[in-house]
Amino acid sequence: MRAGLAERILAPVITGLVLLAVFQLVASAGLISPSFSSPAAIALAGARAVITVEFWSALGVTLSAWLIAVVIAVLLGAVLGVIIGSVPVLRELTRPVIELLRPIPSVALIPLVVLTIGTQSPSGIFLAVFAAFWQVLVSAIDGARSVDSVARDTALTYRFSPLQRFWWVQLPTAMPSLTTGLRLATSTALILVVTAEIIIGVPGLGQQISLSRSGAAPDRMYASILVIGLLGLALNLLVAGIERLLLRNHPRSRTGGRR
Amino acid sequence: MLIVDHISKAYAGGPPVVADYTFEVADGEFFTVVGPSGAGKTTALRCLSGLMPVSSGSIIFDDVPVTRPLREIAVVFQDYARSLFPWYSVARNVELPLRASGVGRAEARARVLEALDSVGLAGDAGKHPWQLSGGMQQRVAIARAIAYRPRLLIMDEPFASVDAQTRADLEDLLLRVRQETRMTVLFVTHDVDEAVYLSDRVAIVTRAPSRIAEIVPIGLPVPRDQISTKELPEFGHLRGHVFGRIRAMVHGTELV
Amino acid sequence: MRRLRPVLLGLAGLIVAALTWVIGTTAAQNVFFPTPQTVLSRAAGYWTSPEGRANFASSLGNLLLGLLLAAVIGVAAGLVIGSVRLLSLAVSPWVEFARSIPSTALIPVAFLIFGLGDSMKLFLITLGSLWPILLNTIAGLRGIDQTLLDTAAVYRLSLGSRIRHVIVPAVAPRIATGIRIAIPISLILVVTSELVGSSEGIGFVIVDAQATFKLVDMWSGIVLLGLLGFLLTWLFGLLERRLLRWTPAQREPS
Repeated sequence: MRAGLAERILAPVITGLVLLAVFQLVASAGLISPSFSSPAAIALAGARAVITVEFWSALGVTLSAWLIAVVIAVLLGAVLGVIIGSVPVLRELTRPVIELLRPIPSVALIPLVVLTIGTQSPSGIFLAVFAAFWQVLVSAIDGARSVDSVARDTALTYRFSPLQRFWWVQLPTAMPSLTTGLRLATSTALILVVTAEIIIGVPGLGQQISLSRSGAAPDRMYASILVIGLLGLALNLLVAGIERLLLRNHPRSRTGGRR
Repeated sequence: MLIVDHISKAYAGGPPVVADYTFEVADGEFFTVVGPSGAGKTTALRCLSGLMPVSSGSIIFDDVPVTRPLREIAVVFQDYARSLFPWYSVARNVELPLRASGVGRAEARARVLEALDSVGLAGDAGKHPWQLSGGMQQRVAIARAIAYRPRLLIMDEPFASVDAQTRADLEDLLLRVRQETRMTVLFVTHDVDEAVYLSDRVAIVTRAPSRIAEIVPIGLPVPRDQISTKELPEFGHLRGHVFGRIRAMVHGTELV
Repeated sequence: MRRLRPVLLGLAGLIVAALTWVIGTTAAQNVFFPTPQTVLSRAAGYWTSPEGRANFASSLGNLLLGLLLAAVIGVAAGLVIGSVRLLSLAVSPWVEFARSIPSTALIPVAFLIFGLGDSMKLFLITLGSLWPILLNTIAGLRGIDQTLLDTAAVYRLSLGSRIRHVIVPAVAPRIATGIRIAIPISLILVVTSELVGSSEGIGFVIVDAQATFKLVDMWSGIVLLGLLGFLLTWLFGLLERRLLRWTPAQREPS
């Protein structure tokens, strides 16, 4: 019972059009508060914004903060995670500490970060790194644990050096978990970067959102939110593509998707 | 009891998987459909169970057309592990169809225990499926069908996924249960030995587009026994005949 | 002795971490990083006081209520959408899109529609926690084994029976996963909504402490949040394991 391609595309498109129509009607009739904009107004505001330099520089700022945060979090998390994961003693040593530190919501640190780091990009980057790091770390530890014993024994019989073992056995085995961690980290990092921009006023798209709100320009506010949503979607797709690329030769060993 | 009249089945837009099956199953008979893989046996079975409509032809059970699952028909699937509800105990799994068809609690309990006893799992009533071996799980599925007291039991390659010794035990269990309850059995398998050993008649079907090549009466003495029956020359002849036809099909020397 | 090792090592790790915290902050003498002793004693004092308890209750209450609403809406909508293939095809891409909007980006929207106060917080928490639950419910429904459904059909289980005995238990593990993922999200949203202009809640305590430069109070809030997050996830994990003991994923190798 496979859905035809036509179904897969038509159904969502039609739904989207219907939703748009409903929103348009509701907004025009003024049923909810007057600040509930119509899709038409939002689209217009969006179009107007897209041609400004302001918009693109804000987008660029958000993106670069995100990228920096992801790179740092992934490097730190992956390296530490693989090391910890491959040594049972280290794993057991660090486990409770990680379990206690992990649930601290990054946003709880916002006031502290404002006082210590300030209200510019580095704050957002720090918060994003803090949140994303744990996800990469935990995924990397998970991945490094599950080294196939046959593969490991083969490597030992052929007397691979520790470095060779790492590159040829441990890293590939850990790949699926690492890419899961990457996927989680990239979306978390975006959320934190944007949150910092909204709440603290760090420059970027998020800041645009709060400026639009306080500047009583709800249309621009919604437009900015949608742009961020699209950005998030685009980044998700990008990372999913990278994941597929990295895992193209990997047997499907996962027991069921986590979302 | 069951009249299958020129049924065919094709999936949307594709060629027919089953081109023409025509046969009748008498009350109390053990009727087996045997054929190579890809012969559309499972497809036909789903139609016979009422799970899927046929593309043409008709299936009549006791003068009632089979277009949806009937009360008098129970099915045991090949994939026993996935047909048992993992969140319920063995007893609850067996009990469920009974309660769903309106049997009272007390009587249901009694029938459950009786059925589990007849498959030798009386002591495991409280366990959950994942605690049992493959063979035991299949026995639970059989117990569930027995407790339901159908007039016709349809089985889709039920013993294909168990080891040889367990299979032999399950085959004998099935024969014994059928003798006690006088159920009619419609059995599907790709294993020729099993088909000949268990049945009163064997229908040999071809690869897709599948039709019935031949219906072979099995005149072996009853009760059957894994050793003595299989030592009979008659068993060897029958088995050889059926096997030979199937092999000819598979290797393309059989005219379809 | 083997079983004991992880416990002992874990304990050792905790002790080392705690000592590092104590020594580090004592040595640094940095006003922004008070010593754990100061923080913990202030936390114990404040959070047991009536004012502290009220703030804690406010946060916890909003969080749990928001999660509950998200669960009810998410499961109900997910069951409906997931059972009609066309519906799930039509709706899923939009749900995915809605999900990629960082929930915190909706704060200004919530603010605009609801103003300040509990309804704004609730709206935000519910909306943000909704997506993982909804998506997981839909996926759970799509993933129900066909053989189970065939068995239910063959034994002629009524729709009500099918829902009760087959569908709900089969979807339950996925729903639980969705809720588990939603917990940290709801925590983040509670805090964030309280940071942006609220007069109660743990987040308010933290941001108020920031404004009045009371670093110790700020840290006591951070510690409490970490503890709360840990407890919520841990307790839910216990509940999940208890209710879903039969889950095949925990038993059979795939």
